[in-house]
Amino acid sequence: MARHEEKASNEPFFWILFSAGGMMAALFIPIHLFLFGLAFPLGWLHAPSYEQIMALARMPLVRIYLFVLCALPLFHWAHRFRYTLYDGLKVKHLNEVIFVLCYGGATVGSLIAAYFLWTIG
Amino acid sequence: MPGMAAKRQTIEAAPHYTEYHPRWYRPPVSVYWWLGEWHYLKFILRELSSVFVAVFVVETLLLLNALRNGADAYAHFLVTMQNPLVIVLNVISLFFLVFHTITWFNLAPSATPVRLGGKRLPDIMISGPAYVAWIVISAFITWMVLQ
Repeated sequence: MARHEEKASNEPFFWILFSAGGMMAALFIPIHLFLFGLAFPLGWLHAPSYEQIMALARMPLVRIYLFVLCALPLFHWAHRFRYTLYDGLKVKHLNEVIFVLCYGGATVGSLIAAYFLWTIG
Repeated sequence: MPGMAAKRQTIEAAPHYTEYHPRWYRPPVSVYWWLGEWHYLKFILRELSSVFVAVFVVETLLLLNALRNGADAYAHFLVTMQNPLVIVLNVISLFFLVFHTITWFNLAPSATPVRLGGKRLPDIMISGPAYVAWIVISAFITWMVLQ
């Protein structure tokens, strides 16, 4: 008996990345952005010295954390931005191009993060 | 027989099939459909918050690159972050990211409803701990960076 074969949807996989990245972004990004984007530049708090911040960046756990902090939210962005373009600008017909640009961008960004973190002295 | 002929004629004449499906009635929707109604606008703002998530990641990549390149590059990064245009961008980004956090936590009970003893757990029992975790994590990161 011939089995009816259906192409499995990859949507759940990307949705899990979207969801994990969304949680990561919700819990961790606001404080990072507040510290490095506002508190340090405006002098509300003292920015860590190079030696101090390198002491953190050399810790393997901190590196893994920073990689996840970059990678997962990028895939969250890829999913949401894809639908922003579809819905907000109504460009559903560019489906494939947008898909490649969004997830390709997230992959490249994650690879750059991995490379930078790997080569921090 | 005359009766038969009459019957055949009615069968042949009655159904009239169109060869093509009739066109759907689909009124055109404006590109600006999300303006003018708070719920739609909130939806689009939530979607747009992802752009500022990406902006944050780019800034973090610049920081990591500066750390690789030594103390001078790090000092240069800190000065770049003081640029008024960068500050304005970061104020807008922070607004969108806090908006993302709040909408994300408030949607969590709908996305993952928890049932306990046949009753649905009240929304606050799911979003509440998320807010507590947010505060604890933020305090911990601040302590790590400032110590």
